[in-house]
Amino acid sequence: MTLLQVEDLRAYYRTEVYGISRSVRAVDGVSLVLNHNEIYGIAGESSCGKTTLIKVISGTIKPPLRVESGSVRYNFKAFDVDMLNIDEDDLRLNVRWKEISYVMQGSMSVLNPVRKIIRTFEDIVKTHQGLPDKKLFLEHTRTHVRTLGLPADVLNLYPHQLSGGMRQRVAIALATVFHPSLIIADEPTTALDVVVQRGVLHMLKAIQEQSANTVLLVTHDLAVHANVADRVGIMYAGRIVEEAPTRIIFNEPRHPYTQHLIQSLPVIGDKSPKASLSGAPPSLANPPSGCRFHPRCPMAMEICLTETPEMIRLTPQHRVACHLMTGARA
Amino acid sequence: MLTVIRDLLKYDGRFRVAFVFLLMIFSLAVLSVVSPHDPGATFKVPADVPPSLSRPFGTNSRGQDLFWWMAFAVRNSLLLGLVTAIVSRVIAIFVGLTSGYRGGTIDRVLMSINDSFVVLPVLPILILLSFLFQGRLNLMSLAIILGLFGWPWDARLIRAQVLSLKERAFTRTSVYSGASPFRTSMKEHFPFVLPIVFATTINNMLWAIGFEVTLSVLGLSDVTIPTIGTAIYWANQHQALVAGIWWWLGAPIIVAIVLFLGLYLLFSSLNEYIDPRTRLRRIGA
Amino acid sequence: MSENEKLLDVQNVMVSFHVGGWIGGGRLAAVNNVSFALEAAKPEIFTLAGESGSGKTTLARLLLHDLDPTTGKILFEGRDLATIKKRKDVMEFMRKVQPVFQNPFDTFSPLSHVEDYLFDTAVNFGLAPNRRSAAPVVDEALHQVGLSLDEVSQRYPHELSGGQIQRVSVARALIPQPRLILADEPVSMVDASLRMSIVNLFRKLRDEQEVSVIYITHDLATAYYISDRIAIMLRGSVVESGSVEAVLDRPRHPYTQLLQESVPKPAAADREQWAKEIKLGALEITEYRQVGCKYASRCPHVMDICRTADPPDLEVDGRMVKCYLYTNDAKQGVERSAHLEDYKTI
Repeated sequence: MTLLQVEDLRAYYRTEVYGISRSVRAVDGVSLVLNHNEIYGIAGESSCGKTTLIKVISGTIKPPLRVESGSVRYNFKAFDVDMLNIDEDDLRLNVRWKEISYVMQGSMSVLNPVRKIIRTFEDIVKTHQGLPDKKLFLEHTRTHVRTLGLPADVLNLYPHQLSGGMRQRVAIALATVFHPSLIIADEPTTALDVVVQRGVLHMLKAIQEQSANTVLLVTHDLAVHANVADRVGIMYAGRIVEEAPTRIIFNEPRHPYTQHLIQSLPVIGDKSPKASLSGAPPSLANPPSGCRFHPRCPMAMEICLTETPEMIRLTPQHRVACHLMTGARA
Repeated sequence: MLTVIRDLLKYDGRFRVAFVFLLMIFSLAVLSVVSPHDPGATFKVPADVPPSLSRPFGTNSRGQDLFWWMAFAVRNSLLLGLVTAIVSRVIAIFVGLTSGYRGGTIDRVLMSINDSFVVLPVLPILILLSFLFQGRLNLMSLAIILGLFGWPWDARLIRAQVLSLKERAFTRTSVYSGASPFRTSMKEHFPFVLPIVFATTINNMLWAIGFEVTLSVLGLSDVTIPTIGTAIYWANQHQALVAGIWWWLGAPIIVAIVLFLGLYLLFSSLNEYIDPRTRLRRIGA
Repeated sequence: MSENEKLLDVQNVMVSFHVGGWIGGGRLAAVNNVSFALEAAKPEIFTLAGESGSGKTTLARLLLHDLDPTTGKILFEGRDLATIKKRKDVMEFMRKVQPVFQNPFDTFSPLSHVEDYLFDTAVNFGLAPNRRSAAPVVDEALHQVGLSLDEVSQRYPHELSGGQIQRVSVARALIPQPRLILADEPVSMVDASLRMSIVNLFRKLRDEQEVSVIYITHDLATAYYISDRIAIMLRGSVVESGSVEAVLDRPRHPYTQLLQESVPKPAAADREQWAKEIKLGALEITEYRQVGCKYASRCPHVMDICRTADPPDLEVDGRMVKCYLYTNDAKQGVERSAHLEDYKTI
């Protein structure tokens, strides 16, 4: 059974200031399925809509963000949830942090700088579950932290006493205290040093293996996906343009954008010249017509300017949205 | 400029109210040019006449038409506010930008001077000065003196803003483009500092006019000059309230309220408009 | 200028701060006895690589003459930077050494048109007598980076992409015809699809414009792609330096080896190595205060001697390594440590 089904989701930001109204079409027709027990990576650059997608699937939909159409449905172990129609209290008590939790870039925002780590744990638990037995909770937290390979005395420190990498790992411990079904990690290691990044990602993988849950890893760094994700979805300008198991994305990319990303990845040991793409990722307020990648695509055809390519299934595991693929349907 | 005003009128309710209020005040001030009466002259019209259509503010016990008298009063108060604001803004901007950007000894010296001024109690000093001038503290001198006292708080605000702007990459880009410190301050930092300057200008005007009213009501300024404050002074001198001539106090008070509200609403709406963040949204960022 | 063979000569530079209170505090060296040089005759791309806290940012400020070293000298074209104080000398220095900053959206004021900075640079450094006649100079500089004045004229920073702004930033740096460009993490905030255009631009500058570039980064992959030489920094010291192929293909210092292995790589064959378990430290500040090698607390090959004093700079296999493993007594340790298969904890 699948954990999450997103169908043709459209979510826009609508702003109006001094008579100038703008509609930013951040997520414009995204369909995706997350399975239990997998790590799914979303790769995309700035303003591809990945942050908005995460906001919607985690239920953080606040004006000026509005869901225009589509559905987001979860199948957790004990119950199902329709994320777009769920009650706020229900969300807080039963879903947030228990079934879906969140690790983001800059763990500082999660850890309250003026409270000891253990207090932040208490606050979270109190909000989402209530704290009837404090001693039991303390024991449980200490065990949890130790299982993750962190020194137990980290709980008695303040965030600023820890290094960036340690803070991020504490944030992961915080996100997994209820053993959620889905962990959304949004650029969790982007600002971290490469050695620390390795440790943090190892921890995330270990957690996923132990709990057999699902991790949605969002990062622009393809090399990270190569080492961590089971499947990868490439996002561009509010849409998913290609999705496949990791090895296939790297060995047989079909979408010109994916192909460019893979080819232009610098690798230690390789000094051969690599080309860059012309143009820039489009503004989501005014995206190009038809296939949004056409202004930068080296293989753009006439149809690409007018018609949006549909998602085609090349194999049961590999989907692409590109006019070059018509005729190659599985 | 006109598009700015048009935009604000269309979309900002506060600005519309402020516009109306200030238009009224400004018109009143301008009308003083065509006043049929000299504000110094007395008993030109029947005394103690309540407000009517021909005499919108009525007349006072000295036989002066309060409408025309207030026209001069408003003009003088506005002028005072403006002069004070300009003098103190210039000093605050200079001190704030220089102190924040240069740092070091210059910063320490300027801030010591700044803090000394902050600590000085303005009202007692003004009272002392007015005694020294023996009631001949004319409007321009008062405005300038207030200007010399009105800058320290805002200089510190500006300095704080500059301290953070100094760390931004574009300050360094400006330096590496060969700009002199003065040019870097004015071109890079001043636009960010503008909202503070603007907000505090209006604040400053209100403060200055308020001070003037205080001094005049106490009789410490030159009471022959018509201002909002001296209007109240003379009304009190003639026990207007007791004598039932409520319009003599009513006129300056209502004018003051309209003026203050107008200025405040203007400040509030323009401040949001000039703020770099909404500016960016307007440009379409 | 025949005696000045070196464009830039950094000699035993140290920057130290006092940390802690009046009693019981100590000195912390943000840059600890660093030396390297760039030749004047041969333009090159020299990378300063390191993690956060390695001292590379402080070193960058030293090279831009934003900061003076506590001890040591920096010579640019034979002249000691510490003697550059007068406005005229500072301008002359800035004409030859220009920076490119990390955050494209902060490099130019969000309230200004980006071309203003280019015009100012042209006028201030004497490339044009006034603003009106500076347009051709600005346009030429923009062409060198693949843009044109028409494209960026009257534009605010938010109207351009990160990649475009970085190119404008490089164009601005090129206007005074500098000999050295200092690029501080120039692509870390630029989208992946645009990164190569900036990075390739630096290669072009070295090859066609004869401009040397000091590239400061923590991204070893792009560093490998464009640099000629690289210096790896750890807690203020350069622990290994040499040609980028030597240092990154066959790293000798245990820290470089760790860094190189920790970079995630797309090839399936490298997955296993990256997945090997490592242990991370909790607190950073203690490493600075250590006497001796700053990597001692994490190094799998640590010996007693490592904690006594800073290791010497030794020439091994065509590069410089700052490590006791390579002194003659420990020579037999070289082959074993070269691949670090048996490292359990750091």
